[in-house]
Amino acid sequence: MTPLLFLTGCEDLALGLVGVSVILALIRLLRGPGLADRIVALDLLTVLAISLIGVLALRAGQPLLLDIAVALCLVGFVSTIALARLLLRRNIRDNSSRVTAPEAETGK
Amino acid sequence: MPMLIAYISGVLLVAGALFSLTATIGVLRFPDVYTRLHAAAKAGPVGAGFVLVAVALAIFSPPVALRALVGLVFLVLTAPVAAHLVARAAYLAEVPPDTLTKVNDLENEKLTRG
Repeated sequence: MTPLLFLTGCEDLALGLVGVSVILALIRLLRGPGLADRIVALDLLTVLAISLIGVLALRAGQPLLLDIAVALCLVGFVSTIALARLLLRRNIRDNSSRVTAPEAETGK
Repeated sequence: MPMLIAYISGVLLVAGALFSLTATIGVLRFPDVYTRLHAAAKAGPVGAGFVLVAVALAIFSPPVALRALVGLVFLVLTAPVAAHLVARAAYLAEVPPDTLTKVNDLENEKLTRG
């Protein structure tokens, strides 16, 4: 087996494995009982997308795709932080609304 | 491209894809957020890192290798921070841990939201 043929086979195998991973992560994203589980699934999905783009860069012979992977890495980090803040903020609002709800009802 | 490098790069590609699959199976099968974060935050970046190293080896030119290295460094720097933030937010938002969880070191700590 020539080295290039071996590499092409490995690329196809890796593409398939990461594709299956994306589908499994999507199942967790859809099922995940809470917001936190969905955030974890989304974070994993961005990492999987980076892997996928890396394999595709080899498969298509387009090294420029790596720039997209770097950008996606940073955007994924910022989005995960934003979602974590959302998780905190939403919980604060839920708790405070639980406290103020009786007042609002007596005010009516 | 030298012959040996193609083999090394192919093996790294498959190893990275297997790590990604492991991370995903962990996220799918583990019982609660905190254990899922373990799988997602450790095995995931390792898988993507292996793939990036494989790309850098296979294409074998300095600009591409630099890009792959920058991606790898960003990934390794940001993944633990993001995982820590999500875990902290989940704990402060009182997401319940699984019933198998025995130790809670933060029980007597006063954590401030911020």
